[in-house]
Amino acid sequence: MFGNMSALETLVDELRRMEGGIDQMFGPRSTPAGIRSVARGTFPPINVGATDNEVHVYLFAPGLDAKGFNISIQQNLLLVSGSRKLPIKEKAIYFRQERFGGEFRRVITLPEDVDPERVEAKYRDGVLQIVLRRRETAKPRQIQIN
Amino acid sequence: MNDQQQVATPSSSSASSSAAQHSERESEYPLIPPADVYQDGEGITLHLDMPGVSKDRLNIQADKNTLVIEGDVQIAMPAGMEPLYAEIQTTRYQRSFTLSGELDADKAAANLSNGVLSVSIPLRAELKPRKIEIKVT
Repeated sequence: MFGNMSALETLVDELRRMEGGIDQMFGPRSTPAGIRSVARGTFPPINVGATDNEVHVYLFAPGLDAKGFNISIQQNLLLVSGSRKLPIKEKAIYFRQERFGGEFRRVITLPEDVDPERVEAKYRDGVLQIVLRRRETAKPRQIQIN
Repeated sequence: MNDQQQVATPSSSSASSSAAQHSERESEYPLIPPADVYQDGEGITLHLDMPGVSKDRLNIQADKNTLVIEGDVQIAMPAGMEPLYAEIQTTRYQRSFTLSGELDADKAAANLSNGVLSVSIPLRAELKPRKIEIKVT
């Protein structure tokens, strides 16, 4: 009756063993990590893109409102913190709780030439977009030959 | 389900410029949105994190056996933007769940708010738990 069970257990053990092997190959000891890097899966995930004039930071932080974020900038370090409360439905049976709940804080290293005085942020569809202007002097300049 | 008809064909709907730009290098594996799933006396409720998905880029299909949720991320980006750092490299979400017979998929309702999708699927009326009165004689 429980014959399948042992086969499944063997498979699970095997997967665990393989996972251990993968961790050894690609794990934290194999290559040095960025000094400000974070573990994979840290909430909220971040994308950063740049044009000649602007740097755009996207934080994928759904389920908050625009007032729920605290954004500050120190030189070229952008700090975003906030709290996402996930109300637990009482008397309900939870099958999955995969979503992040609680306080979060992320620090983003920006290019050196951003102007900390000119920053705009907007929140739409659960994505916080922060637009930073780059300093004029840092923009590529065409040099004329006389 | 409110959103079902209008978004039943996500691939044929005009692909966003950002999605089109990314489609070449994007991996074919969609993002799996994290989900909370619970059951109460009314039925099953799901909450899924799908940041960047607007209502018209969301597709939810439920039949007797399966609930399929798909969404495309659309974010306005300036032309010529170079990625410096990306933890999200896919612009498509997909996740599916099997349903069971006691759930009434026809009466499912969905709501999308600030990138969080909530889907509730009620129990069939005849199967809702009933409080049984105990008479003391």
